[in-house]
Amino acid sequence: MAEAKVAPRPLSPHLQVYKWSWTMAMSVVHRLTGIALYGGIALFAIWLVALASGPSAFDTVQWFFGSPLGYLILFVYTWILMHHMLGGVRHLVWDFGYGMEADQRIAMARFTLIGSVALTLAIWVVALIAF
Amino acid sequence: MADNRADTRVSMRTPLARVKGLGAAGHGVEHWWIHRVTAVSNVPLVIAFVIIVAALAGSPSYQEAIAIISHPLVAIILILAVISVTNHMRLGMQIVIEDYIHDRMLKIVAVMANNFYAVIIGVACLYAILKVSLGRILV
Repeated sequence: MAEAKVAPRPLSPHLQVYKWSWTMAMSVVHRLTGIALYGGIALFAIWLVALASGPSAFDTVQWFFGSPLGYLILFVYTWILMHHMLGGVRHLVWDFGYGMEADQRIAMARFTLIGSVALTLAIWVVALIAF
Repeated sequence: MADNRADTRVSMRTPLARVKGLGAAGHGVEHWWIHRVTAVSNVPLVIAFVIIVAALAGSPSYQEAIAIISHPLVAIILILAVISVTNHMRLGMQIVIEDYIHDRMLKIVAVMANNFYAVIIGVACLYAILKVSLGRILV
């Protein structure tokens, strides 16, 4: 059994003492986007329940999503979803033991940001032209 | 599960517990593993979800929206996506709660609320998808 410790335990330094790096920034963003998606899925649930409730409830919800604010939310939501997805794939690559070298880590972190912006723009261009 | 301790003779754990490798909580790496399994299943399901939502982008009428969501292929993909995503987000938020909330009582309340939220979202989505889909026959 471990003895009761009386010496003060070392504290981990707070985030602000570190110089920001690509991997650190994308790690923080991955967690923030996860939290945002956690809340944002309620919007999809509300839309589905309104659809199941009938035309009047649906029209109210659809009016909101069709408003400028609604489109802004959907656009930002698309980027958040794409960023979290690419960030998740990055984590899966690491789970298999690849991409641990410094240059690979930074390249993957940069790709997460660039790829998510590119995917978001591509999705919206296709969605607005094709449908 | 590798045993990396310097001297295992001082361990209080039984050999059976070490072989099972389920740890103090009795769940082993279940949380971590299901988080990874749902991460993998999320990828194709989220891509399909984005395509379905894109098809709804042009502010569809009520009938058009019903027609899209109630299509068997769309409904099945959405049901799978809801199951995968609500499990993944429940596990992910629990990690965030356990990382940042140190007050014992508050942590228990938060983890419990997290479970309730995930189940409510999941049931609401599944009920709505099934309600608009069941009974529709493609002719």
